[in-house]
Amino acid sequence: MLELIVISTLNGVLFGMLLFLMASGLTVIFSMLGVLNFAHASFYMLGAFFGFQIARWFGFWPALLIAPVLAGAIGAGVERFGLRRVHKNGHVAELLFTFGLAFAIEEIVQIIWGKSPVDFRVPALLDFPAFTIFSTNYPAYKMFMLLVSVAIFAALLITLKKTRIGLIVQAALTHPHMVGHLGHNVGRIFMMVFGVGTALAAVAGVIAGPALVTQSNMAGLLGPILFVVVVVGGLGSLPGAFVASLLIGLVQTFAVSMNGSLAGAFGPLSPAWASSWLSDIWGVTIAQIAPIMPYVLLVLILIFRPMGLLGTRDT
Amino acid sequence: MSELARAVAPPLPAAAEKLKFYGLWVFTALVLLLLPKIFSSGGSLTTFSLIGISIIFALSYNILLGQTGMLSFGHAVYYGLGGFLVIHAINILGANKWPIPLPLVPLIGGLTGLTFAILLGWVSTQRSGTAFAMISLGVAELVASSALILRTFFGGEAGISANRTKLFRVFGWSFGPQIQIYYLVAAWTLIAVIAMYALTRTPLGRMCNAVRDNPERVQFVGYDPHVVRYLAFCFSGFFAGIAGALAAINFEIANSAYLGAVQSGTVLFATYIGGVGFFIGPIVGAIFVTILSLGLSDLTPVWQLYFGLIFIAVVVFAPGGITGLLMMHRPLLRAGTLTKVLPSYLIAFIPTLAMIAGLMLAIETIVHFTVNPNEDSHIKSFGVPFDAASPAIWAISAILLIGGYLVARKTWTMVGHAWDAATSVVRAEEIVA
Repeated sequence: MLELIVISTLNGVLFGMLLFLMASGLTVIFSMLGVLNFAHASFYMLGAFFGFQIARWFGFWPALLIAPVLAGAIGAGVERFGLRRVHKNGHVAELLFTFGLAFAIEEIVQIIWGKSPVDFRVPALLDFPAFTIFSTNYPAYKMFMLLVSVAIFAALLITLKKTRIGLIVQAALTHPHMVGHLGHNVGRIFMMVFGVGTALAAVAGVIAGPALVTQSNMAGLLGPILFVVVVVGGLGSLPGAFVASLLIGLVQTFAVSMNGSLAGAFGPLSPAWASSWLSDIWGVTIAQIAPIMPYVLLVLILIFRPMGLLGTRDT
Repeated sequence: MSELARAVAPPLPAAAEKLKFYGLWVFTALVLLLLPKIFSSGGSLTTFSLIGISIIFALSYNILLGQTGMLSFGHAVYYGLGGFLVIHAINILGANKWPIPLPLVPLIGGLTGLTFAILLGWVSTQRSGTAFAMISLGVAELVASSALILRTFFGGEAGISANRTKLFRVFGWSFGPQIQIYYLVAAWTLIAVIAMYALTRTPLGRMCNAVRDNPERVQFVGYDPHVVRYLAFCFSGFFAGIAGALAAINFEIANSAYLGAVQSGTVLFATYIGGVGFFIGPIVGAIFVTILSLGLSDLTPVWQLYFGLIFIAVVVFAPGGITGLLMMHRPLLRAGTLTKVLPSYLIAFIPTLAMIAGLMLAIETIVHFTVNPNEDSHIKSFGVPFDAASPAIWAISAILLIGGYLVARKTWTMVGHAWDAATSVVRAEEIVA
């Protein structure tokens, strides 16, 4: 039992930090541009596939550097030539633009790399067990993932709180016009933030690619969870996104490792009910409902705390 | 008092206008009645049925997006649940021999959609805008994932099926042949379209528009925007349920794809491409997208990419959709200055077409080399055979794409100037009048 708790906590924190790598970019982009980037998970996927391709040509370490830069450049281009043009048509048009973009990116990835998973391997340097607890070998690569995400988290925090650029970004979040009046190029700041945000998602993609499955549906699977994170944390709240990422990471990891069901708790159903639809609910295990846990959490939050855990604004 | 009321109230529509209005509906009914006489093949009947279903679904979606300003990413929930309930209802009705004929069954789907909209809507519609979009997405994922867990009711991956011919028969209609299903769908489409049009003319319909445009002002007038949004949501769920029910009757099966994100995305595409600003927009969009998806999938394996590109192009260049684009020209047509714009369109049309052709050629060539690189390079797409390996083709596609882009940019500026000239004439006339 203790083994389960320790391993699940480690995996949960790891998944949560990965989620935060993406959710942080999404939240900052939302606060600044007022548009929820539907294609954010697509940049995570682009990161994973670019990483796979570059790792095949030059090795994993260059991939870790080049793939996010590439994806970030594409992201900045999308903001400069796409979103900025759509901006005058309102927020719905912006959201729909990113929605169409997500659709198109998935199709393009399918055309180039196919529908089946690609063979993205853990680099040989990190392919060993880091330590053994309770007879379970914990892979070093997962520790590396944790390390990278924590390092980026710290760097992001220091940049936002301590540097001049961070100050301008924070000011542009709430008062973009004033920042413009003070002589800063707000358009360029927006483009930069969009580029950095998508690059962070791509970093998550490169480091998660070898550990999870690199496939053309990975954006579609992760995207909705990402939106749950930002809504549960409170739209536009960076600390909220952090708390919600860890919460959802832990909830989902723990749920997957549990096998309890109503049948296990109260005994099997009486034969009269066994063939009815009630048997579905009775026999389903917690592990089976793990995929819907984030959405249940979303609905609960919306009923009891509509602005999110740490959110302050209403829309 | 009565004189004041007479002065303030708009004049009653003249007999000619009334005739025009009701004549339109009668004409539509006649067209629907005669359509299968002209196109009688099984394939076209199926296409018409799909278009009818798609029209109801897209119009129900536009109650949310176009009329109340709520962007939903999970409208398929009500469509799909309507479909599932109808399949179960057909099985139960058939087994118990209850005297309810098939034409009334879509109502069960509608009531299902309404019930679930009542249940899920109150929480969803608390906020509009981005928050509503995310919530609808979350609810859709919740329902779609739950459908795969509750296997007895939803039938897992395979779905559940029913036999529509086993129901109580009126006038000897078995609803086995596609022609009878076509008339069923056509009748329901007409009823639903009239009902949804009538809804836009009610005070509730007008309040929906007000909530879309300025919710704060609505609060000042004494309405609760949340309640208005909730009511619109319920109506929308009802009609989506009818569309899902007709789809289930048409295919005699309901599976988890009915509830999925792809279905929600398709209705969003259809509605937005058609245009959300006018009542007729979603109808145009539904016809366009259904024919496009049926036609393109025969012509090219990557039709979904084209679909996405068309959608992005509409969002960027024509936010009013197809109908918005056409309606823009109505003032020019009235003022008779349309002729000033048309020549510049023709000039701009040629390089734009060249650019699109170059893009398509490039896409098809790249697809050939990434999807099936070892096959014969003499491929045929959109009915045009060409050699994907020849450098001449690459050069042509590059020239068309880049040259077309450069020339098209110039010509579209010209269109802009011609447009400004034409509209300024219209404005001058308005001022004189």
